[in-house]
Amino acid sequence: MRRREARWAYIFMAPAIIGVLLFSLGPMIASLLLSFTSYDMLSAPQWVGAENFTKLVGDKIFLKSLRVTITYSVVSVPLVMIIGFLLALLLNAKIPAMGFFRSAYYLPTVISGVAVAMVWKWMFNGDYGLINVMLGKIGIDGPPWLTSERYALSALIITSMWGFGGTMLIYLAGLQGVPPELYEAASVDGASRFRQVVHITIPMLSNVTFFNLIMGIIGSLQVFAEPFVLTGGKPNNSTLLLPLYLYQNAFSYLKMGYASAIAWVTFAIIMVLTLLIFRSMPYWVHSEASDDK
Amino acid sequence: MTDGTTGASSPEAATAKAPAATRRRRPLPLGTTVRLLVLCIGTFVVLTPVFWMLLTSLKEGTDVFVNPPKWFFKPRWQNYKDVVTLVPFQRYFLNTATIVAGVMFGTMLSCSFAAYGFARLRAPGKNTIFLVLMATIMLPSTVTLVPTYIAFNNIGWINTFKPLILPAFFGSAFFIFLFRQFYLGIPRELEDAARIDGAGYLRIWWSIFLPLSRPVLATVTVFTFVAAYNDFFGPVIYLTDDTKWTVSVALSYFQGSPRIGPQMQLTMAATTLAAIPSVVLFLSAQRYFIKGISMSGVNR
Repeated sequence: MRRREARWAYIFMAPAIIGVLLFSLGPMIASLLLSFTSYDMLSAPQWVGAENFTKLVGDKIFLKSLRVTITYSVVSVPLVMIIGFLLALLLNAKIPAMGFFRSAYYLPTVISGVAVAMVWKWMFNGDYGLINVMLGKIGIDGPPWLTSERYALSALIITSMWGFGGTMLIYLAGLQGVPPELYEAASVDGASRFRQVVHITIPMLSNVTFFNLIMGIIGSLQVFAEPFVLTGGKPNNSTLLLPLYLYQNAFSYLKMGYASAIAWVTFAIIMVLTLLIFRSMPYWVHSEASDDK
Repeated sequence: MTDGTTGASSPEAATAKAPAATRRRRPLPLGTTVRLLVLCIGTFVVLTPVFWMLLTSLKEGTDVFVNPPKWFFKPRWQNYKDVVTLVPFQRYFLNTATIVAGVMFGTMLSCSFAAYGFARLRAPGKNTIFLVLMATIMLPSTVTLVPTYIAFNNIGWINTFKPLILPAFFGSAFFIFLFRQFYLGIPRELEDAARIDGAGYLRIWWSIFLPLSRPVLATVTVFTFVAAYNDFFGPVIYLTDDTKWTVSVALSYFQGSPRIGPQMQLTMAATTLAAIPSVVLFLSAQRYFIKGISMSGVNR
């Protein structure tokens, strides 16, 4: 009986197991091996040892791309999380037209990708875009956003902020799991709304914040459509996020080995950041171990 | 501000409904009013790009590049007809629909199937397998991209839809997680009753668990649809022939395309057309969608 159950369990898990082997672990190992080779897809891969990685250290474009990517993540991830959290707080109450507001705020996330990039490209148009038109109304001479080295990355970050919907929704789900008794007890004790948010909501949602933070970092290190459409990495590589540089190397220059090395550096950054965040967990993530669950 | 009308009417509705709302958390009607006001302003800001897109899509070509912009004009619906006739938009939609349908079908089937195993059946090593599976959520797709591309290239699948559809039939960690969480909450008795009636595991999954998981199915539908429909990286590297293009890929080439050229009103009309399917799907599923997310217990 137990044997039969186990056999069926493996049958049910089979698509997932095969999927992990074929599309995650397998390619991961292959990618690591490729990163030590020079491979243009025309002739057989040549083993070059750590050459790709040593080249990366001296590659000015790569270093710039790395800097741009880090700036982008460090600014965009917290901004998206803060906006998402605040909106979730506002939406987590019995208010009229709730469905309308939730849908309105989630809408940009649904559109996402190229369509979003197209709209923002038009919004950021230096002469006729709505952003500069609005800025002009209050007497500010808006910059040529997408063609100026100084502002192009900001434009990309503003675009990314429009994607707060996913983060907001996860916070909203989290908020619905906070026991109302906690707030009731706090308001009996005379705690203000602000104090309730600081002392109840934020600690109770720290695990949701943790999830959003890790997902946000991984997501921000993989953004492709927006920079591709908005700027193509220009001007002067000021918006060349790592995935774009990887794409150029792999599919424009056919340097598959070099591209794999870039992928592994990205991966290493994600792993280090994730590890640091995991390590920091006991200091700020509220544990529910004592709860009934 | 055009938004003023909704802003003025909603607070009145708020005061009317206030007695019901006060019972639980006792918000002052003033608090609700402020909340609504902030939400309305926020909605206005958030939806401005959409509004700007729609406005541009209905302008005459000569009115697009005018500063200050024209706010009131006779809408030119012809732009939408022009887009559809200038480029083979129907074909792009059909290509996209094929891929999206394949991905959705594959994901639902494989993820609910695998999740049943993870949630309900006992087997040695199951938890380790589940942990490895969950770890793949954190694996960035850029790492697997190059070898996967090379592999698909070697078996001659470049410029076909296969590399975009097939992987969906092998599950996806996050969705397996969502289904599993839901299945864990289904009472044992239901399963036991079916077992007594002689149903096998396959039958229990297909006729009990799958139909019960409607909120998860709705959530996964929206997520997979949006992801597959908006996917750009995949189609852009795998589909080289322009007759195979998806809507996203075609869209990204619009401004430079000889047929559309620099006509911003057509580009925005195309962008609007491209956005409609996701928006319609989301609006029709949003009720289930929010519920599905809350039930998944991300905060547990």
